[in-house]
This record gives sequence, structure tokens and C-alpha cells, in this order.
Amino acid sequence: EKLKKSFPWFGMDIGGTLVKLVYFEPKDITTEEEQEEVENLRSIRHYLTSNTAYGTTGIRDVHLEMKDLTLCGRTGNLHFIRFPTHDLPVFMQMGRNKHFSSLHTTLCATGGGAYKFESDFRTMADLELHKLDELDCLVRGVLYIDSVLTSGPSECYYFENPRDLDHCAQKPYTLENHYPLLLVNIGSGVSILAVYSENNYKRVTGTSLGGGTFLGLCCLLTGCSTFEEALEMASQGESTHVDKLVRDIYGGDYERFGLPGWTVASSLFCDGFHMMFKEKRESVSKEDLARATLVTITNNIGSITRMCALNENIERVVFVGNFLRVNILSMKLLAYAMDYWSKGQLKALFLRHEGYFGAVGALLGLLHPS
Amino acid sequence: MAECGRVDSNTSSHTMDKSITLPPDEIFRNMENAKRFAIDIGGSLTKLAYYSTVQHKVAKVRSFDHSTKEAAGDKLYEIAVQEEVTARLHFIKFENAYIETCLDFIKDHLVNTETKVIKATGGGAHKFKELIERKLGLKVDKEDEMTCLIKGCNFVLKNIPHEAFVYAKHADSEFRFQTTNPDIFPYLLVNIGSGVSIVKVESEDKFERIGGSSIGGGTFWGLGALLTKTKRFDELLQLASKGQHSSVDMLVKDIYGGSYACLGLTGDLIASSFGKSATADKEFSNEDMAKSLLHMISNDIGQLACLYAKLHNLSRVYFGGFFIRGHPVTMHTITYSINFFTKGEVQALFLRHEGYLGAIGAFLKGAEEDNPNQYSWGENYAGSSGLMSVSPDMNPMQRARSGTFDMLEMDRLDRQLVNLPLLQDPSSYIPDTVDLTEDAQAREYWLYCFEEALDGVVKRAVASQPDIPEAAERAEKFRQKYLHKLQTLRHQPFAYGSLTVRSLLDTREHCLNEFNFPDPYSKIKERENDIALKYYQKAVKSLEELSWEDRQFALVRGVLAGNVFDWGAKAVSDHFSLKLIFTFCFSSDRPWLVDSFDQWLERLKGPPHRCALFFVDNSGVDIILGVIPFVRELLFRGTEVVLASNSGPALNDVTNSELQILTERIAAMDPVIDSALREDRLTLVQNGSSSPCLDLSRLDKVLAMLVRERQTDLVIIEGMGRAIHTNYYAMLSCESLKMAVIKNSWLADRLGGKLFSVVFKYEVPAGKSH
Repeated sequence: EKLKKSFPWFGMDIGGTLVKLVYFEPKDITTEEEQEEVENLRSIRHYLTSNTAYGTTGIRDVHLEMKDLTLCGRTGNLHFIRFPTHDLPVFMQMGRNKHFSSLHTTLCATGGGAYKFESDFRTMADLELHKLDELDCLVRGVLYIDSVLTSGPSECYYFENPRDLDHCAQKPYTLENHYPLLLVNIGSGVSILAVYSENNYKRVTGTSLGGGTFLGLCCLLTGCSTFEEALEMASQGESTHVDKLVRDIYGGDYERFGLPGWTVASSLFCDGFHMMFKEKRESVSKEDLARATLVTITNNIGSITRMCALNENIERVVFVGNFLRVNILSMKLLAYAMDYWSKGQLKALFLRHEGYFGAVGALLGLLHPS
Repeated sequence: MAECGRVDSNTSSHTMDKSITLPPDEIFRNMENAKRFAIDIGGSLTKLAYYSTVQHKVAKVRSFDHSTKEAAGDKLYEIAVQEEVTARLHFIKFENAYIETCLDFIKDHLVNTETKVIKATGGGAHKFKELIERKLGLKVDKEDEMTCLIKGCNFVLKNIPHEAFVYAKHADSEFRFQTTNPDIFPYLLVNIGSGVSIVKVESEDKFERIGGSSIGGGTFWGLGALLTKTKRFDELLQLASKGQHSSVDMLVKDIYGGSYACLGLTGDLIASSFGKSATADKEFSNEDMAKSLLHMISNDIGQLACLYAKLHNLSRVYFGGFFIRGHPVTMHTITYSINFFTKGEVQALFLRHEGYLGAIGAFLKGAEEDNPNQYSWGENYAGSSGLMSVSPDMNPMQRARSGTFDMLEMDRLDRQLVNLPLLQDPSSYIPDTVDLTEDAQAREYWLYCFEEALDGVVKRAVASQPDIPEAAERAEKFRQKYLHKLQTLRHQPFAYGSLTVRSLLDTREHCLNEFNFPDPYSKIKERENDIALKYYQKAVKSLEELSWEDRQFALVRGVLAGNVFDWGAKAVSDHFSLKLIFTFCFSSDRPWLVDSFDQWLERLKGPPHRCALFFVDNSGVDIILGVIPFVRELLFRGTEVVLASNSGPALNDVTNSELQILTERIAAMDPVIDSALREDRLTLVQNGSSSPCLDLSRLDKVLAMLVRERQTDLVIIEGMGRAIHTNYYAMLSCESLKMAVIKNSWLADRLGGKLFSVVFKYEVPAGKSH
């Protein structure tokens, strides 16, 4: 018990694209503790809390930091750090350099990488991972963060007037105990869970068309290389240059089926026929392609989610995952799609800590092993 | 008939675009009589539909008037060849590049001046509207695409047996055809065109678009073109079929190092489509990207389809649209996706005539006043191209054809066809005993067998029209046509649904009809009937002299002996004379190969049946000396009898009109038959078919009505075609008797017997014994 609670407290989620790390920085360290604190531990604490970037790719999301959090009787700040999964060896090397293994702590890890890299952690960093199921961690993390009262902005929010772009605004929402929930985690791929209580949930389905698909296709189509770059391009593009809309086919709404003219009939439909015309090809910019890809992937997730909500008879949908990070466009699209196609029945909810819930769940696994 | 649809090649070559020549012998047949046109213009293919009439020669039999009887000499009845006009639907599919040439052709051959409008549907209808109106002088009347699609779908599901199939790439036969369920509703139609439409169809007129997706065939095409610089849809599919998606997609094992066991997600499952193309700085091959794209889109559509099927509680999901259109690659990925998402609970179904649905629907919209839905229609095997495989590694013959013209012809049947009300489970009834699509060995044998027999069939056809000099030429054309069909079936046994002995026989009949050989056996049948009639009284008398028990056996033996005598069976015509056959059968020792005669005899000691339905087989000895005495005994017992015979000729099978004359003649000699006929205890009815085999799910509506009215409690099926090749395993809800002699050594061998083995199968459904 003592061993488990000894610092440092980490929770790690190793996904297909990103590693998410949460770190609890105790702020109530007594003088006695400070004296006992080994040098290695202190150096790690200092390194993490005094920097906002680590190496070339590691980033601390300062705006997400949760201050004065009480966890397991201790008060401190919760830090949220991420870096690409392909830089995991660098991280392990750093752990080795900082003699992490000497701290006799348990490193709780979840996500597929906890399995894939388990032996690498052992050989490269002399660390034994305590592996936790990623969906357990996700659910636990979401419910925990939502339950914590902090002074900062509300964790959960929704978009008011989702169908009216001019009046569409973020509004706080209290999630507490609003079961059942549909939890849609959009990482590289997508998992959709129906949550009935903290310990009762099921994975309904998933789709391989997720954040990884957006970024992968954007890289191939536009030559960009990062998520931020892809999003930036998308924000400047116009998807209707690429998509074929219902009004392109029917000249207006397809009234027989109640389809408004702006509905996308076929995504990314620059068919072979159109591609043969040079002017058509050149009128499509990289920004348009990025935009169309983003819209396509987002709407597809929206449509699968909506079907699951109907099949499971659930009215509240919580979207999480790093695909939504700085991706206000997708969030608004999802809010719009849920509202429009369900005629106001479905509510799309979002959480500020988007992609970190698995890591938070892993941290909780360290402190409250079930 | 062939002449009707033919066009003088000289005139046509003058008026047509020199660069494209149409094979007028084959396509746009019967254009002279065409009325009611419909056209469905898609992204790359045009489908034209028209209604026409076909003038056929049909053989009719007629009793001689008493006044002219002397002049007729020895003849039993008069056989007259008459012209009959029947309705036929023609559907032709060709590449859009041909559209102008085709319109010119139609214009030149369109004689029917009543036609004023052409129904049009499909995305290209708008684009070609002006051209069509200018070329044909017809007003283009646009019809809603989805409505046409659904109408067409309902029509093929109702009228074409083996329309729907399940695709299984790695199975012995890729195509597993579904039995026609009499109740086709409700179902889900997932149409994958540029985008995806998901439509729930509840009845003929009630359907609803319940969902859709913008990720469809257009996305595959568009994204594929952007990623690979390959512009043609077919080429993209070819690329995809050669690629490895795992180099582009992020799989579960790429994240987990293996499977995600506790969720049952295997390592090879795609976690993120194109997930690797974001993390690796490398070039990806066009093949791999195309494959990944194909998987992404197919899986997505499959998933949505499953979610909608689940929400609306539907288990039949049909897929269509240009993304599917017979492409094995997309059928495979969609099937895979459906299996994955429903764990096998829902099967992905595809349609043989999927490409024609829009055209059929548009046509039906325009033909409402002809009430096409009130009739039953049948696929004409002679005039239809059948399902073509478009897989990249197919044989050259298919390749040459798939790029040009594909045809579907459907004949309007005189009678409406329905299920036999006595089928135990109509939805699981399969008429055919052996599916040659799945049984390669049997297929090999039967295709060989039919090819071998072709010379004889041609000879008989010529001999049946001795006074017509060009009969030989026509017979030769018949030979070529049927030979070609056999060759097609050798390469693609799935072309017309499940390949069966029945379909091979029916195709032959269709081809014979196509070349105006409506009844090659008419004269032989007449002669055999005449001879047999002469023995009737003697036969009945000798039976009456037997003890009750001996007579029951003799009656069964009589049916079997009569059935051996069959000109259609090669072994019989080769080796046997009438006398030999009788000797054979009388000496044929029991127990027979299948022998439940003792049970039958026991049953006969019990109360009489209310009504027996007897499906008869051959003319001559079979019907007159075998069946009628057997029927006579049933009548004696107080059982009413319904004799069901073919509506039209097939081989030497007795037709309904022949049987009418024969029973009249017998009635004149036999008061038992006479009174039974007069009192309606013996009724003749046509079965609605012109096949040597029997499909109990497509029978004349009148027959079905009669069966119900008379409370039929015994069904007798006689002969190899009806009781062995088909219906051997048919389960009925009343007592049944299947009697046949196996006149084919290969089949006898298969069933564990010898040539001329006897099958006497008496069955009582569970819980119905007396």
C-alpha cells in the first residue's frame, strides 16, 4: 500500500499516435518529506513542472492543468503531458537517464502501447509496467474528472444553438450521474461505449475512420505532416469544392426524402470524370481537400454515433479523444449533426480534457486499485 | 422468331456511326414491335428497357371434328403449328459511349408510332435529355431514381428465382443463391452509388429512405483518383485487389503488439484507416492505398447498414449500386464487413440483375396500364446474358462480352404462378436435388451429357419439321446457341442462378423455342399415344382380374414401367424397345432402391384419400397405361383426382391440351373415367410450366386454388425430372408418393443404385399418420 502511494504519481496512456501522461505534483510536501525526497524524484518533479515542452515533441497542456486538487488525501496540481508514440524510445531513454527505476514506483499504463512496449520498458528503462484496460481507464477517468470541482472552467460543455452558426456558443453543463451515457472516444480510431454506471459499461462498436484517418489522408493529399497543420489548412478550406452535394444532383432539396440541398451526397467526389478536366483539378486547393477530409470523417463519426444512440436508446453523447483537441470545427459539426438529424433529441457534450481520460484512469488505477 | 428481331445488316451499317458497330442480330431484338421505352442512364452505363411482343410458333393439338374424322385417317388428333404472340420485356445494358449510336439504331427501327414518351431515370438522364428527345422524337419523362430502384428490386425479387445471392469468395462456389421467399418484404436496400442510400422497403408501394452516408462509391473513386492518379473506377478496383492494406492502415496489432483479447478484437483488425500514412515518412504504393481505401469505405458502409438493420429489425439486406455491380472485390469486402459487424446474424445479399433495377422500375412506372405486376414473368435463358464475372483474372470470353452489351429478357407468362399450398415450408423449399454450382463433379458430368445429347436434339428438331426446308438451318443456329450457353455455364456456372439439371433442360427448351422448334416431339407423342390407347382396355381388363393386393402392386409397376419408356432419356432410346422395357420392369426385383411399397399398401387398406394431386410425366404408355389405370383405382376408392400436366410442351411430356384429348378418348372406352370426368371427380389442370422438371413454388394459380378447394391430402409426383432431379427432398404437409425409374447410369450410381433402379418413396409428414 505504502509502495503504491509513494511518489511520483503517474498515469500513462500509450495510444496508436500519442502518449498521454498525467502527473500529480504534490503541493503539500512537508519539510520532513522534502528532506526525505530523494534527489531523483526531485529532479523529475522539477523537470516536469518547470518546462512546458520536452524534447522536440513533448508538450505540457498548461491550460488543462488542474490546480489544488485533492487526491488520496494529498493536495497538488495535475499536469497533462503528451508526445507522439513514435518518440516513446526517447521517453524511455529519459526515464533511464533520470534513474526512474530507482524510485520503486509502479508505472500504471494503459492503451495498446502498454502491451506492445511492455518489454521495451523492461529492457530499455528497467521499468515494470502495471497494465490496465484502456476502456476501464477511460470510463473511470471521465467520471472522475467530471466529478472533481475545480475553480476553473466547467469540464463539461455543449453548444447552444448548434444549428445557428452566428449564435452557436459554448455553454457549461453538469454531467454528474446522467446515466446512461454514450461515450465516444475519437483517437486514431474510434470506440463507442454505452456507460450505465462507473462499473457497468459496454463497448457498442468502433470505427477505423478516426483521427488517424484524418491525419493520414491529409498527409497523403496535402503533404502536411502534423495534426495542427492539417487542422489549420482545413480551417481555411471549403469542402463544397470537393464534395458532391444533394443540390449538385437534384438542383435543390431532395424533397421526396427530406434531404436538404446542402447535404453531402458524396464525400470527396472528384470522380475520374472530373479529374480529367484540368481546371477542375486545379480549382481544388489543398485547403479544400483538408477541409473535406475533416468534414467527412467527423460527419461519419456523427452518423455512426447517432445510430448507436438510437439502438442503445441513449440521449446524451459525450465526445472525447485527441481528435477534438483544438478542433472546434469538428465539435461544432458533431453538435450540429446530433441536433439536426435527431430533431433536437440528442445532446452532444464535450469535455475539456479531451484525450487525457485514459491516462487519468491509469493514475486512479495506481491510487485506488480495484 | 430469330428473323423477327433481325435487321438487314446493309441498311444498318449505312445509318450507324462507322466507329461503333452494333451486333444487331443479338441486341435490340423485336424492336419493330417495341412500345413503352424506359432508359436509365448512370455514370458509365446506360440501361434501356422496352416492352415488345414476340411472335412464336406454337404447337396446338385439336380433336378432329366428327365430320372430318374419316378424312383424317389414322391420326389421333390434329397437330397444328400456330403463330402466337407473347409479351416480352427486353433490357439492354451498354456503355454510355454507345448511347448515340444506339439511339440512332432505335430511331431507324422504331415502327410503332403510338409511342410518345420515354421514361427516364438515373443521374445521366438529365444530361442526355435533349439528345434523346432530338434523336427519338419522344418526350423524356423523368422518374424518381429511388422509386424506380425499389420498383425494379421488388419486380426481380418476385419474378426471378435465384435472383439474390450471398457472395463467398473462398467457397467452392462463390455465389450462393437464395431460394425465393414468397414473402419478399420487408427488406433493406443499400444503394452504393456516389453516396449511399439506405432504404427500408415494407411493401410494393411503401418505402422510406431511413439513412445514408456521403462516404460511398464516389468517395472511393474521388479519393482513389487523388491518391493514386488512377482515373478509372475499374482500374482502381484492380489496384485494390492487388494491394496490402496493412502497410497503410494502423492495425490493432500495431497498437497492441498483438490482439486486444478482452474485447475480442484480433490483431489484424483495422484500428485506424490510413493511420500509418500519418506517422511514417514514406511513400505508399498505389495498390496499398487503393486497398486501404476500399476496406475503409466498405467497412464503413457495412457498419452503417448493420446499425440500420438492427434499429429496424431487418435481416434481409440487399446491396446494389455501381460500387457493387458484380465486382467480386467490393462484394467480398462488403460481405466481410457485414459478417464482422453482425457476427453472422445478417447476411449481405446481392442481386443478379442489380444493374437493371432502375430501368425495370422506370419501365414499370410507364407500363402501369398494362398491369405488369398482375402477371408472372420468367427469365428467358436464351435471350439473357446471365451474370458475368468481372474479376480481373477471368477468362477472355467474358472479358470480350462484359465490355459491350448485356441483355435480360423476360417473358410474360400466361398464368400467374404461386406456391403449392401443400409445401411444408415454402421459404426453405429448394426444387433441385443437386446444385451443380456447388458440385463440380456433377456439373462436369451433366454439362458433358447435355453436350453429347445435342446432336440428337438437333436431329429430332429437324425431323419434326420435315416440310420446312430452312428447318436445318434454324436447327444449326439452335445448336450454336445452346452450345454457347453450355460453354458459358462451364466457365460461370452461376450465370443464371444455381446451375441445375432443371436449368440446363429449361435453357434447352428456351433455345428451341427461340428458333421456332416449339414441340419437336409432337408427332412422336401422337404416335405413342395412339399405340397406347389401343392397349388401354386390355390393360384395364387384365388389372381387374387380379386380386386386390396383386392389383395394387401391378398398378405401381405399371406406372414405373410406363415411366421407363421415355424418348428423352438417352439410355432408353439407345437400348430398349417397348417390349424389353416391360420385360425389364416386370422382372425388376424388390426391394427397389427406395422402396416403401409395403407402407403404401398398408395405407391403401385404410380410409381413402379425399383428393390426390398427380403430377404426370410422359405421353404414350406412361400416361395411358401407367397413370390412368392407377388414377382409376384411386377413383374407385372414392378419392378425387387432379391430374396436373404441363402447360406447354417439353420433350415428350404430355401437355394439358394433349391430355384433354386423351382422357376424352379414354372416357369413350371406359365408363369409370367418363363418369369421373363428368362428375368432376377427375379434373385436368395445367401446372403452369413448360419444363421437364417441376418447381412447386411456381405453379399455376388455378391449380393452387383447386388443391385448396378439394382439400388435397395426397400428392403424387412421377418421373425422373419431377421426382428425382427435382423434389426428391421436397417436404409436403400431406402424404406424398414419388415414383421414378432412374434412367441415367451416372445418377443411379450417385444414388447408390444401378441403371433402371426404381424409386418408390411414400412419405407421411410427422404427426399425420393414419
